[in-house]
Amino acid sequence: MKVLVPVKRVIDYNVKVRVKADQTGVDLANVKMSMNPFDEIAVEAAVQLKEQGRASEVIVLSVGPGQASETIRTALAMGADRGILVKTDQPVEPLAVAKIIKAVVETEKPDFIITGKQAIDDDANQVGQMLAALLDWPQATFAHALEMGPEEGEKRSVKVSREIDGGLQTVEVKLPAVMTTDLRLNQPRYASLPNIMKAKKKPIEEKSPADLGVDITPRLKVLKVSEPPKRGGGVKVASVSELLDRLKADGVL
Amino acid sequence: MASLVLAEHDNAMLKDATHKTVSAAAQISMPVHVLVAGENCGAVAEAAAKIAGVEKVLLADAAIYAKQLAEPMQALILSLAANYDAILAAATTTGKNILPRVAAKLDTPQISEILKVVSPDTFERPIYAGNAIETVQAPAGKKIATVRITAFAAAPESGSAGIEKIPAAADPGLSAFAGETLSKSERPELTSAKIVISGGRGLGSAENFKLLDSIADKLHAAVGASRAAVDAGYVANDYQVGQTGKAVAPELYIAVGISGAIQHLAGMKDSRRIVAINKDEEAPIFQVADYGLVGDLFKILPELDEELSKRGYK
Repeated sequence: MKVLVPVKRVIDYNVKVRVKADQTGVDLANVKMSMNPFDEIAVEAAVQLKEQGRASEVIVLSVGPGQASETIRTALAMGADRGILVKTDQPVEPLAVAKIIKAVVETEKPDFIITGKQAIDDDANQVGQMLAALLDWPQATFAHALEMGPEEGEKRSVKVSREIDGGLQTVEVKLPAVMTTDLRLNQPRYASLPNIMKAKKKPIEEKSPADLGVDITPRLKVLKVSEPPKRGGGVKVASVSELLDRLKADGVL
Repeated sequence: MASLVLAEHDNAMLKDATHKTVSAAAQISMPVHVLVAGENCGAVAEAAAKIAGVEKVLLADAAIYAKQLAEPMQALILSLAANYDAILAAATTTGKNILPRVAAKLDTPQISEILKVVSPDTFERPIYAGNAIETVQAPAGKKIATVRITAFAAAPESGSAGIEKIPAAADPGLSAFAGETLSKSERPELTSAKIVISGGRGLGSAENFKLLDSIADKLHAAVGASRAAVDAGYVANDYQVGQTGKAVAPELYIAVGISGAIQHLAGMKDSRRIVAINKDEEAPIFQVADYGLVGDLFKILPELDEELSKRGYK
């Protein structure tokens, strides 16, 4: 079974985001970038399938600037086999990303695609679902646990427990399928030094959106990016009694 | 033309999220139609027909919609899409699961978690865990969006729309429901409660987390949690408030033993009043809190419980 893992290079999880004064976006100059945390969980899930002998090959795909090859390298160091970078310096909207992945799927023919449920920069939560729809594949989003079913024949499928608003839901989807990962599917590993060295020798193929025949012209127009409303500074209260008095006075109790 | 709103429900009850999504839809394109897809969900359709501003309720009652799986729901919504210039769903796990499929099939970008309808083609939405707000204009054609339900008021129940039964679309047969574990609670839902009390890693254990229960009962509050508390197994995933969990904006949010990671703040900083109880006075949660109580939560919680009792909260 071949597994494809799309990953995104995003601002690091711990960086405090600053909106640019001219309201054209957020300041990404000299900011630490990392693999989207949900995509790390996706890479870990795929590598575990390989270690269990369920996956024959794990291919990592990223759409982004040249530096996204570092993100792919991170995934290779975690245990993925090879990478594909679809290189562009333009921002790519989720629908265009889904189209690019679909074009790669047509040549690579994976059986299972695992990716993060959302990227922590645009918080769109769309690519996995859009990709599944474009491929006419089923999806198992917000995965919490995964149980592989038969991998061959008519009945090949996976069972996925999903984090939903009311609790957990399990769906059984036919392969090929798309799964998007939620936080508690696994704990991604740190790459060991020998594996980081090995990853340097693993191949990364480079393509462009045009090579794949995908038009990435933005469809949405970002008019501005602004700061959210700031909360006024609060006060420390000395006792529970004072707290309740103030909440009462504010009309929230 | 008109807007189509996907009803949020569990086959028995219509959820408040629907009323809020209708409010957003009415600002984009009128009239508003509500699609109720489920199994034995006639009562839900009747409830949806009462939402003010709704002209018609479409009822697709069939076994394949019992759990609103994404693949059959995509087929159903696509069968109706030609009649609408806006298609909206609440940004719940149901709406987020289904709507991007519809958008992709219509070759239309989706705008996720809209906070505000600036004009019928321009929306505000949070990015970077709500640390920036993007104002985005959609191209001509259909508008497809999920709605951050805490950002819109619920449309009242003063209408009387007609209910039209519609046939099920073909089932693509790609997926099947295989079970669920739903949290049972007598408390209000997290996303619509007036008061939310949330616990973090500071509570230390699943056992200690129950200290919040008695206070929640007295305040008729919902109970939430930080990611750290969920990851540690103190409570189930559906308690999580934050960038990737639920967004809440109650009148009062009480954060107990929560340090205040950016990702948690993303899910609660639009609350009207925020109270933080934490022993670390440097904790970032105090930067967004209106009222901070620095101290040992294991002393403060029993005091709070007792003081509420004294003041007649039961």
